[in-house]
Amino acid sequence: MILADITISEAAAIGLVIATIQFATLLYLAALGETIAERAGVLNLGVEGMMAVGAVTGYIAGAVSGSPWIGLLVGALGGALLASIHAFVAVGLGADQVVSGLALTILGLGLADYIGADYTGDSRRAWFADVDIPVLTDIPWVGETIFAATPVTYLAALLGVSTWFVLNRTAIGLGIRAAGESASTADAAGHSVARIRAGAVVVGGAFAGMSGAYLTNTLVGTSWSQGVTAGRGWIAVALVIFGAWRPGRVALGALLFGFTLALQLRLSGFGIDFSPILMSMAPFLMTIIVLIFISYRARNKPSPAPAAIGIPYRREER
Amino acid sequence: MSHPAVELDGIWKRFPGVIANAGASLTVRPGTVHAVLGENGAGKTTLMNCLAGVYRPDEGAVRVHGVEQRFSAPADAIAAGIGMVHQEFRLVDTFTVAENVVLGAAPRVVSQRAIAGEVADLAQRFGFEADPARPVWQLSMGERQRVEILKALWRNAQVLILDEPTAVLTPQEAVEFGNVLRRMVEDGRAVIFISHKLDEVTSFCDEATVLRWGETVAAGVAIADVDVTELAALMVGEVEAAPSPDRMTEPGDVAMSVKDLTVDDARGLVAVDDVSLEVRAGEIVGIAGVAGNGQRALTDAIAGLESPRTGAISVMGIDVSDAPPQKRFAAGLAYVPEDRLGVGLAPKLPVAENAVMRAYRTLRRGPLLSWRAAREYSEQIVERFEVKVGRMDLPLASLSGGNLQRLLLGRELTSGPDVIVASQPTRGLDVAGVRAIQRLLLEQRDGGTAVLMVSEDLDELLSLADRILVMVEGRIVGEFDAHSATRTEIGEAMMGAPS
Repeated sequence: MILADITISEAAAIGLVIATIQFATLLYLAALGETIAERAGVLNLGVEGMMAVGAVTGYIAGAVSGSPWIGLLVGALGGALLASIHAFVAVGLGADQVVSGLALTILGLGLADYIGADYTGDSRRAWFADVDIPVLTDIPWVGETIFAATPVTYLAALLGVSTWFVLNRTAIGLGIRAAGESASTADAAGHSVARIRAGAVVVGGAFAGMSGAYLTNTLVGTSWSQGVTAGRGWIAVALVIFGAWRPGRVALGALLFGFTLALQLRLSGFGIDFSPILMSMAPFLMTIIVLIFISYRARNKPSPAPAAIGIPYRREER
Repeated sequence: MSHPAVELDGIWKRFPGVIANAGASLTVRPGTVHAVLGENGAGKTTLMNCLAGVYRPDEGAVRVHGVEQRFSAPADAIAAGIGMVHQEFRLVDTFTVAENVVLGAAPRVVSQRAIAGEVADLAQRFGFEADPARPVWQLSMGERQRVEILKALWRNAQVLILDEPTAVLTPQEAVEFGNVLRRMVEDGRAVIFISHKLDEVTSFCDEATVLRWGETVAAGVAIADVDVTELAALMVGEVEAAPSPDRMTEPGDVAMSVKDLTVDDARGLVAVDDVSLEVRAGEIVGIAGVAGNGQRALTDAIAGLESPRTGAISVMGIDVSDAPPQKRFAAGLAYVPEDRLGVGLAPKLPVAENAVMRAYRTLRRGPLLSWRAAREYSEQIVERFEVKVGRMDLPLASLSGGNLQRLLLGRELTSGPDVIVASQPTRGLDVAGVRAIQRLLLEQRDGGTAVLMVSEDLDELLSLADRILVMVEGRIVGEFDAHSATRTEIGEAMMGAPS
């Protein structure tokens, strides 16, 4: 083991990088899902709730089956199922997206607590092992940090690239973006706005559910407990704005926000004495600063936001 | 025997409170440009929306090339070879020209370079100029229209519906546009051309169908052997004559002046470029120009709804350059915005609440609004300006376009303004409504009010205004005496030719 040779602060640094990547993976999955929904024109403020449902269903499935993959899959299903409520209410019935999304968060959090009541403090866990990549894993430093990730991190990166490809290089992506920019245009061009939007919401929910399952099944120091999502779904929502609705920039944002979350967890490891309570505010503070910066910048530039976001579409209105 | 390209038979379409189509019929032969004529509100657009799958007709049959169709979505109509260019364009501003053209009919995997090449080829084949890589928000309205037509051609539409296509074109562009249409029908396509301008119809359409009150009053008449005045009479029914613009008084002092005004739009581009103008008491100044050349930013800046980058605005000698709308109103400025239901009125509020929206501050009892005073005030407006309303407490949206505009104008005029800025005050109204609004504006002029009027209808400006300013790309490029100027002169200026 190389670990023996390095000093405590170096170990802490390695731990910080690993935690950054883990938190970034968590945030990226959820934010990527929200990006898809918002590019199709649906704001879904239910990310926190979908993440919680994914966390509890993913945990139970993983613990019972012993397979983290089954946990991830069931978590995705749980998130997608909850998201389909939003798809029905906000897309199918054309209700206010903000109200429906907020309700989804409250419902999801409550539902997760109810389902997970018997599993709080359960010691069984299905772990994802780190992927061992020949050569890369053996590189000093880099191998122990960046290439010491679980398959979920690679999956998230793959999903990010795929999402970019689908949005920008396929006919379906053209339809999704058109539904988000001008629903009547997409409709007149022969795309089913309702189907595109509902699909985007459900896929977004699956991503958020996966994020939750990853949280309980892999992330250091957590298993299922009430409030395990701890507002990270909300950070994911802010991340979409930070990333200007583009999968690549959202990934950069996820790393940055992941670093803040990791710092909060690992600061004591560097021997720095800083109030953990204040530190836990950091990601949210950063979110606010970013939002101020973005809205300031948006005053003299075309907005990167999808133009039709939040607007229900009904065809025969005149 | 070949079937007609399109047969619409006894189409009925009802909306809450309105019958848009009452058994309308239309037959279009392939290889022809077919005009669908009618006044605003005659049901032309609704009928075409039934053909394009946007609306489902309540009754009646739609046949395309002899096959009966029941479209439940635009996609079905597209599949049957029908392409429609709506009056309000259906384009995604942030997409490139090529992305907009292929939207809905794109190859599964989209390569930007490949679609740009194919779209360029298509444009060339029909004699269009278009840069497929440019984003649509950078294009002029005329260029956007070409993108819309390319969209239909990309899907190989055999029937192309154009809803008032020349409204966004200069008179000269409209002639060129006619030539493009001829090219499209040469290989057997059918073009349906919705219009209320008779001169265009006679120059490049083969046949015409006339609608009035949702019914077909003349079907498939050949343009070549029909009397144009007869068509006009069919279209309009009986209407009063245009108001006589003869003036009783001479223009007085300057009532409103705009100096060196520059306004940026939401994208940070220059919308109004160093505009200076004056309007005198008892004078109507017209702003002519193709839509989207900065007219809206100009009137919004005067009304205080848009903050200009530089420039000064004064009303009756009071500098209002930085004043909020309410202060400008108090200084004597009335504003009739282009977007009646978005900016001018609140469609879901009752008639009475809309009527008092400007003057509510004077209708108080102590700190509270006096509803009795508000009611009386709105009843006065309704009576004086002959607004046809059902009940005062019903939502405004139940009123027809002409009555909405009367109410809006009534609200703005009741306070006795010194300056009126009216943007497109007659657009979309039926003939009776147009006449009424025009008469009101002339009355105001004779009463010594200064009127600044933006219109895309050159004939209207020529008959109402004293002076006409032509606006192109945010600049005033020419000034004409409305009594001596000709359509051609002004049309050339609208194209940006130096005058």
